[in-house]
Amino acid sequence: MPDNRLHQRAKPRLPVEWLGIFPFFAFVLLFLIMPTMKIVVGAFQTPAGGFTLHNLLDLNTESIRNAYWTSIKLSLITAGLGCAMGFVMAVAVVFGGVPKGIRGLLLTFSGVASNFAGVPLAFAFIATLGPAGLVTLWLKAEFSINLRALGFNLLSFWGLVVTYLFFQIPLMILIIIPALEGLKREWREAAAVLGATGTQYWRMVALPILFPSLLGAFALLFANSLGAVATAFALTGPQLNIVPIKLFAQIRGDVLGNPNLGYALTFGMIVIAGLANVTYIVLRIRSERWLK
Amino acid sequence: MSRIVAWATLIFGALFFLLPLIGMTEFSLKMRRGVYSFDAYIKVFEDPTFFATFGYSLTLAVITILFGIMLVMPTAYWVRLKLPQARPVVEFITLLPLLIPAIVIVFGYIRLYNTSSWLPLTGSAIGTDILLTMGYVTLAMPNMYRAVDTGLRTIDVVTLTEAAQSLGAGWFTIMMRVILPNVLVGVLSGAFLTLAIVIGEFTMAALLNRPAFGPFMQLLGANRAYEPPALAVIAFAITWACIGLIQLVTRFSKHERAKA
Repeated sequence: MPDNRLHQRAKPRLPVEWLGIFPFFAFVLLFLIMPTMKIVVGAFQTPAGGFTLHNLLDLNTESIRNAYWTSIKLSLITAGLGCAMGFVMAVAVVFGGVPKGIRGLLLTFSGVASNFAGVPLAFAFIATLGPAGLVTLWLKAEFSINLRALGFNLLSFWGLVVTYLFFQIPLMILIIIPALEGLKREWREAAAVLGATGTQYWRMVALPILFPSLLGAFALLFANSLGAVATAFALTGPQLNIVPIKLFAQIRGDVLGNPNLGYALTFGMIVIAGLANVTYIVLRIRSERWLK
Repeated sequence: MSRIVAWATLIFGALFFLLPLIGMTEFSLKMRRGVYSFDAYIKVFEDPTFFATFGYSLTLAVITILFGIMLVMPTAYWVRLKLPQARPVVEFITLLPLLIPAIVIVFGYIRLYNTSSWLPLTGSAIGTDILLTMGYVTLAMPNMYRAVDTGLRTIDVVTLTEAAQSLGAGWFTIMMRVILPNVLVGVLSGAFLTLAIVIGEFTMAALLNRPAFGPFMQLLGANRAYEPPALAVIAFAITWACIGLIQLVTRFSKHERAKA
């Protein structure tokens, strides 16, 4: 038992062992924790440094409320649609009886597409669904369908949704395929032997098992979309009223006219991301209790 | 699910993903009126700013990868070897950058390390470069740590360490000649993923005001019509190459293991 011996020897000089991860903690403290704490503390400070709740109360203007609401809506919708579509595609490729090579291809492509976010992605969609884009012109020429007249505008909320789905769906596929592969064939067979239909199997066996993974994926996609700046900025410029864009403008030029209001705006973003993840953790614990 | 529905789903999905790629490629070739040409690409490559910013981002990516490996590998190793009780905490911390948006982190940097602070990194160009690199290391940490830790899981860290020590190896030798070769696949996967993320990164570089590739692309996008899709094609090719390299090293390692 080399493991045991090492452990016993280790006990008396425990503090020394912790020094081994000192560089890691120093780095994390300097470049992750302290910067974030600076924002959180700043949200409760006056420019002079005293404690105040004014910054948070000042967030309650129509423009900022709208920005939060649009951001939350955008994150919920792209996470929801991304999860649903990614799930359906993953199920199709794992259980649909398609050749195994397709699964590998989809996984590789998803790896690429989930990282193909930001500025170039915006360019790709402008070239496709923008006013002079490939699909826009094609629909107009072949079917005389005018997307603009139908109310679709790439540089708007729904345009952003379509664009975000390009990295949200692949991220979902990457997360959920391993979970789907973990579903044992025996469970399906056992359900079938007991007379369950395909729908019953999915509703009463597979989905409850997958529930924690699905929730985790949803929370990750939500955070992913909430913090996305580059795609939105390259697509719509500074006009669109969502929190990350507003924050970007605030950091660049203090458009709100109060640096501590910028902290409060950011703090709100951290709170929303945090709430999403607390919800996820709570639901996950509950669902795991169910599974036992 | 029947086979037809499965295929229909996949074809619909493929359309959604292929159309923007076709769209950007077609648009990038349309600069000359009436015929397809590579004019937009020539324009991009003639621009000295393209190479300057691309080189800058590439340099930062390489430094990020080296620093990230030096930070993450010994930590993951040490936690496995001596501090298993610290694993949940360390793992949680490495996942934090997925939850805290990059714009929040960089905002904190700007306020924490400004010219009147105790560590005025944003006061000089080189200081800001360091800060940006540290930001990228933070962004890369979730992928990097998981990649290395997965590699460490497959080997018996304690036995390997004791064997190396009884042969007289010091910590540096153990790290470089015992641990690193064993987790090389994970390290390389993490490295290529980091490269793909850092090359086109926009938010941090733009807010720290550094001449990186991401802000260059954005600026070009705001002012030109045909060069941006050409850039998108180039960026997509780079991302594809990085992911392809990850697949390659993974497959290569499987082959090695099967032989052994």
